[in-house]
Amino acid sequence: MLAFLLRRVGVMLLTALALSFIVFCLTNLAPNLEKLARTEGSVRMSDEAVASWIENNGHGGSMVMRYGQWLGVVPGWVRTDDKGVTRGRCLAEGADPASAPRFCGILQGDWGTSTVFREPVIDTISDKLASTGWLMLWVMLVMVPVSLIIGVLSGMREGSRTDRVLSTFSIATTATPEYVSGVILVVLFASATTGISPILAEWGWIEGRTLFLGTATSAMDQITFWNFALPVMTIALYGIGYIARMTRASMTEVMTQQYIRTARLKGVSFSQVILKHALRNALIAPFTVIMLQFPWLLNGVVIVETLFNYKGFGWTLVQAAGNNDIQLLLACSVVAVFVVLVTQLISDIGYVFLNPRIRLS
Amino acid sequence: MTDWDPSKPILEIENLSISFFTRLREIPAVMDFSCTVMPGEAMGLVGESGCGKSTVALAVMRDLGKNGRITGGSIRFKGRDLTQMNDDELRQIRGSEIAMIYQEPMASLNPAMRIGDQLAEVPIIHQNMARDAALKLARQIVADVRLPDPDRILRAYPHQLSGGQQQRIVIAMALMAKPALLILDEPTTALDVTVEAGIVDLVKDLGTKYGTSMLFISHNLGLILDVCDRLCVMYSGEAVETGNVREVFDQMRHPYTQALFRSIPLPGADKNSHPLIAIPGNFPLPHERPPGCNFGPRCDYFRDGLCNAADIPMDAVPGHDRHATRCLRWTDIDWDAPAKLGRVTEKLPRGRLVLRMDDLRKYYEVSSGAFGGGAAKVVKANESLSFEAHENETLAIVGESGCGKSTFAKVLMGLETATSGQIMLFDENVQDTPIQARNTDTVSKLQMVFQNPFDTLNPSMTVGRQIIRALEIFQKGTSDAEREAMMLTLLDMVKLPRAFAERMPRQLSGGQKQRVGIARAFAGGAKVVVADEPVSALDVSVQAAVTDLLMDIQRENHTTLLFISHDLSIVRYLSDRVMVMYLGHVVELGTTDQVFSPPYHPYTEALLSAVPIADTRVKKRRIVLEGDIPSAMNPPPGCPFQTRCRWKSQVPGNLCETVLPPVQVLAGGHQIKCHLSSDELARMEPVITIAAE
Repeated sequence: MLAFLLRRVGVMLLTALALSFIVFCLTNLAPNLEKLARTEGSVRMSDEAVASWIENNGHGGSMVMRYGQWLGVVPGWVRTDDKGVTRGRCLAEGADPASAPRFCGILQGDWGTSTVFREPVIDTISDKLASTGWLMLWVMLVMVPVSLIIGVLSGMREGSRTDRVLSTFSIATTATPEYVSGVILVVLFASATTGISPILAEWGWIEGRTLFLGTATSAMDQITFWNFALPVMTIALYGIGYIARMTRASMTEVMTQQYIRTARLKGVSFSQVILKHALRNALIAPFTVIMLQFPWLLNGVVIVETLFNYKGFGWTLVQAAGNNDIQLLLACSVVAVFVVLVTQLISDIGYVFLNPRIRLS
Repeated sequence: MTDWDPSKPILEIENLSISFFTRLREIPAVMDFSCTVMPGEAMGLVGESGCGKSTVALAVMRDLGKNGRITGGSIRFKGRDLTQMNDDELRQIRGSEIAMIYQEPMASLNPAMRIGDQLAEVPIIHQNMARDAALKLARQIVADVRLPDPDRILRAYPHQLSGGQQQRIVIAMALMAKPALLILDEPTTALDVTVEAGIVDLVKDLGTKYGTSMLFISHNLGLILDVCDRLCVMYSGEAVETGNVREVFDQMRHPYTQALFRSIPLPGADKNSHPLIAIPGNFPLPHERPPGCNFGPRCDYFRDGLCNAADIPMDAVPGHDRHATRCLRWTDIDWDAPAKLGRVTEKLPRGRLVLRMDDLRKYYEVSSGAFGGGAAKVVKANESLSFEAHENETLAIVGESGCGKSTFAKVLMGLETATSGQIMLFDENVQDTPIQARNTDTVSKLQMVFQNPFDTLNPSMTVGRQIIRALEIFQKGTSDAEREAMMLTLLDMVKLPRAFAERMPRQLSGGQKQRVGIARAFAGGAKVVVADEPVSALDVSVQAAVTDLLMDIQRENHTTLLFISHDLSIVRYLSDRVMVMYLGHVVELGTTDQVFSPPYHPYTEALLSAVPIADTRVKKRRIVLEGDIPSAMNPPPGCPFQTRCRWKSQVPGNLCETVLPPVQVLAGGHQIKCHLSSDELARMEPVITIAAE
């Protein structure tokens, strides 16, 4: 077990290194740097000025060396300009160059400064990640039980009316992308002019003008049912359909297994056959799918957070990409890479515990 | 259940008809089936696949699935009609009054639940027993089915047990509630013969101990003779003959039963002088049954206008014990007339040497542990294999699962390369040449016929195309037209109609598919053919035909046939020499007569005793091996067979535990790998004796 973990962590680190290098290269392409120079310096800079700005701000040199600096394995750049002011990667404004550390990359915990938010990236990321964490938590709390129940109910009697109704529902939800279902939900529940809100308001059943809030900005301070339900449902609906389909497939297969017949012919009642014999075996396959949903959620939050103006990780990613905030973009991708790799590791280990027959090697 | 009189039948099936309903049509699976099981009696249901025997069993359990329905008749269990019961009443009977044992033990145990919990569930449901008490009972029953270390087994998951142990657990589960009726659906088909013998003994003992009635379903007539008091022969959804086991075996009164017995290799059958008589034609599909007698089109005694006129009722045979037959002409047939002898052929002389193996070894390295890692272990799949095979010769390789016979075939074919040793094919060393590196000539000379004809044909290619593809690969023929002609000749050779070239594999029956497999193997003019259990997936009546075909082709092409099998009856019938393998070792090698008569290797002796023989004249000494075959991962030191050998005490000291026995060469080149002295070997008695008629 330990050897397996160590090996997997090693592979994970290598993957993270390779992926972050790719992202670093893409975000540090020359046009990006030029754009950065013009936004940071002045829009009307001459081409020579841009070049020297890039050089003076540590964006010159080879890609590998710059990546090394960002990582913290190569000493940070230090440059003394014409006015005798020494600046460098590891130097805070006006700090003494002599006492500054030589290395300052992410290995030293220095993630750089965001050009959009004008604060250390690490603060932005942890702040926004916490917000998204809450969103994901609620999505998972809604999505996993609902989808498993739907999947099990429709899979336990294949072809029955329950199965057809639930299958139609799950195919419909999983076939609807978030940017469509989000808009539909807003129109239905959070618009003062369409959907059910005007009717409810007319009847006097709701106090405000809409049933749910169309924006989740207030959820940043305090999460309530009314401001959080729509973003959560938008993401969850997609996953519900997907996981429910997987669970159903797994459940129908398990229900045809001989050990289910054995249980039935032992005199076990139908509900007990489902709960004691079928469920655990049927959950093995969806477990992997559920763990795969975590990275997928990171994807989903980009759309939903923008749509509902919820300032979380996805929103930050959009801001960083839109504003050429290289350091923030890099940090976001590193976080995403780790979420993917860690959830896959958990999924592999959990699989072994769910399925006593499995051997990983 | 107080109103039930123990002198009345426990199970009474009357005129039962079962149909499966598909969108297209109603498919009758069982028609007008009647049978009675008395308390303490063991009733056998015999028939080929598709005859409806399992459907009857499931109907008794009322578990026919969504499409199956009982369309007529009644099933009375202890006087109560099961067909009229609702779900609740059925649930109370299932598992407590009627229990079932299944064909595949691994599949019928829940893989994610501990054995103890699965066993304890039965009394918890039916007797409201507390979990502790239920587990205690489970422990006792596990000990009853003679499993070692019950505590460990109760905590284990199914995959941690061997096949034989799993089947004992399934039996234990059936016995947890002490049922009045036990339904066994091919309970030993998936097991090895020596394990099967143990299970059969256990079932018989438990039947006597608990007074349980049994409905024993099998396609193996020998097994039925061993276990049952009465039997019912089924053909195509109908019971064709029923009666006392001895009467049916010795004085059968239905042509199908007779044909069935003539197509199985009994002692005395021989491929040259007493060939098997295959039943002509094919099993009718359920929706294409002929009018009148279902067996009519394949029957030697068929009379037009009588046998195909109307449905045929069961007719009692007077003077016999509840013996009945579904034949209109049984009184006209001379049942004692000897069978028309098949084509008698001459034994071919042994030709030149074509294959020689010298001290061949194949080891695998595996790792243990759930996350990889763990200590790497060496599995010795083949240990010092040496033998020769000649032209025209059939060499049988016999052994139970895990003995290394399939590994040997893989190494020979080039799917694996040998760890050490030599394989000489004609005059070429092939032990280190994987199949990709062998030249076309070598590949086409050495071919294989596979065990499962259902999986070895490409389902989306016509039969003709598949054979032509083989011809292309073997670089036979120069043009498409020529190959087409060769393909048709091959179809003729395997006695398939030429029209089959256009058919898809799914349109063929199992026997026909195997014929295609044989045609493909011989497409390149194979000189050495490895037949890996070529008939074990087929029904008895088809087995004889396919075996005969193989023999015919061998005679024509002077092929060397390496016949891998676990079925000793068929091996005795067709092989010239036999090699017995156990845990990767060749324990005995000799001509068929040498191997099948004393002196034996102790393992061969047990193997011979374990094979059920469907002949009431045969007397067998019963030798049941204790325990399971040791794992090849962890073989015992010294002699591989020492853990189960009953002769071990005859060998002085602890020789068996410590030293690998040498190969003793007896008279006639008969080789035995054993420590027993030649005196003791000579004192061995035959396992099988045939009483004089």
